Amino acid sequence: MQPVIDLTNLALAYPEMMLAVGAMVLLMIGTFSGEASVRLVTGLSVALLVATGLWLAFMTGEGTAFHGVFILDPFAHFMKILVLIGSALAIAMSVSFARVEKFARFEYPILIILATTGMMLMISAGDLIALYMGLELQSLALYVIAAINRDSLRSTEAGLKYFVLGALSSGMLLYGSSLIYGFTGQTGFVEIAQAITNHGSSLGIVFGLVFVLAGVAFKISAVPFHMWTPDVYEGAPTPVTAFFAAAPKIAAMALFVRIVMTAFEPITTDWQQIVVFVSLASMVLGAFAAIGQTNIKRLMAYSSIGHMGFALVGLAAGNQAGITGVVLYMVIYMAMTLGAFACILAMRRKDGMVENINDLAGLSSSNPVMALFLTALMFSLAGIPPLAGFWAKWYVFLAAMEAHLYMLAIVGVLASVVGAFYYLRIIKIIWMDEPTGSFMPMAGELRLVLGASGLFVIFYVLFGGSLLTTAETAARSFF
Amino acid sequence: MTFLTAMFFYLFSGVAIGAALMVISSRNPVHSVLFLILAFFNGAGLFMIAGAEFLALILIVVYVGAVAVLFLFVVMMLDVDFVELRQGFLQYLPVGSVVGLVLLGELLIVLGASIISPEIAGTALQPIPDPAIRSNTAALGDVLYTHYIFYFQLAGLILLVAMIGAIVLTLHHRPKVQRQNISDQVARTKETSIEVKQVESGRGI
Repeated sequence: MQPVIDLTNLALAYPEMMLAVGAMVLLMIGTFSGEASVRLVTGLSVALLVATGLWLAFMTGEGTAFHGVFILDPFAHFMKILVLIGSALAIAMSVSFARVEKFARFEYPILIILATTGMMLMISAGDLIALYMGLELQSLALYVIAAINRDSLRSTEAGLKYFVLGALSSGMLLYGSSLIYGFTGQTGFVEIAQAITNHGSSLGIVFGLVFVLAGVAFKISAVPFHMWTPDVYEGAPTPVTAFFAAAPKIAAMALFVRIVMTAFEPITTDWQQIVVFVSLASMVLGAFAAIGQTNIKRLMAYSSIGHMGFALVGLAAGNQAGITGVVLYMVIYMAMTLGAFACILAMRRKDGMVENINDLAGLSSSNPVMALFLTALMFSLAGIPPLAGFWAKWYVFLAAMEAHLYMLAIVGVLASVVGAFYYLRIIKIIWMDEPTGSFMPMAGELRLVLGASGLFVIFYVLFGGSLLTTAETAARSFF
Repeated sequence: MTFLTAMFFYLFSGVAIGAALMVISSRNPVHSVLFLILAFFNGAGLFMIAGAEFLALILIVVYVGAVAVLFLFVVMMLDVDFVELRQGFLQYLPVGSVVGLVLLGELLIVLGASIISPEIAGTALQPIPDPAIRSNTAALGDVLYTHYIFYFQLAGLILLVAMIGAIVLTLHHRPKVQRQNISDQVARTKETSIEVKQVESGRGI
């Protein structure tokens, strides 16, 4: 092999380069003008993420770069835009919180940009090494962000817990990767698939598969690798939790889809068993464990575990309809989660933030608009038609039926019914319970996010068709 | 293996094992770290014999130059009572030796597997070039900045995040700290620093 720099398709990676260079420029601005520049850096960060998203949206051209380790196909394209939207909104949603809670630090948006760069590289990874490095870039930034409120004991604990467990999951991922490399002699996804097709599967490859999937399942917080989620969600500052619940989940899910659909495509029956188990366990645990929660951030953590389980139903099906379902599920999940967190961020009394579900009591009389949107979001999270959350579940269960995974679909529907209990309980508290005190007025950016997400879930039926077409185009990348 | 290489191999491995034993058995933690450095050096010697000169040098530069020095700092700065820590050392010995035996067994199985299915070795992506033709360092240099430029840059970004993270989580700005300003000190002249006072005899200042 002649060692050369492969720059033929360098243009495909321009958005990532723009983000990385932009982060460094912003870091310089922040460092040299000190804490006074927090607003400027925050604004510029959102602008940078939006600009990158627009660039990606209008960018044409597909293919691979750097000897095939960087893939840009319609799937990567779509997921990257989604991740960029999630990150930009997460930064925007932190503005008023940062002002009031004295948590303003210019490094926060910069770390989010660097984490987003990592997520985009994960989505585009076509090789085990690229996968791991993208994942580490993302995770390392996330560990720091979780502990960013370093004067708070809970935030530090969340960061440390996330770091220790994340390092463990990285270890498992690397161990699996080394087994796969050892038994196939390849690190590229396409080459691994070829090697498995040519030489057949072996016990070592299956072992490697299990460990790699365990590592990735940790990142999407699927059962049995979910233990960190409630503690980290509860301990981290709320804007950070809002960020954790949206963009990183999408990137990790995209990575999950990519690795099983390309590298392990020849041993579909092997990974299908694992995904079916993980999906079942996540749905059931997400439904039952959330019932006893009183803290709304912990509740959202269990809700997100459950939703990851539902999304994995589509992946377990492994057909084109299933992948379309996963893509669609992630879009709708992100819209619902960001809206719900906009409400949680608005739960501020005169004496500070409150996080208890019972604090929502009587919201319908003190802030009817917020109550209305939050109700729509809760109905959607529970999967009540005709809201967006229902269609998300509809497509993944339909795909599971197509793939003859009847058990999975039935348990999924039952889990969804059980899960509806705690979403409906919140609605009951909002509309039926006596008010215990009113919240401070909602900040402008939170209204914007809540409005957008509420309108998205309510009017999804009207424009869902065009979104479905886009998701289908994205899913076709694998078939 | 010639007689000379064999001799050096046994010399390096013997000293390395001895130093490793001293790391866990010496009473003074500073001595432990110093023995660790000795073990690293001998490990580097073993790498050298195996023809992996790049790894040998990296071991010395990174582990001896950075990691061991960091250990020394930690050992000296932290007030840990190592004598107390080591109490009851013997009661962990049975469990420790079981873990050691299991690891040994696993190692043997791994070695056995490569004998049972030798075709695994044949599937390697790129055979390592013969050190006699091309040195490790040159072979790495051939690909690191060309074929693997993407990973190289990515690793740089990860290190940047690590650096930002360390600063974000630990740097506290304390407004009342007296800091040394070198340029101010250097810019002082005789006039600004010495004041001549006439003192009348019999009186203090």
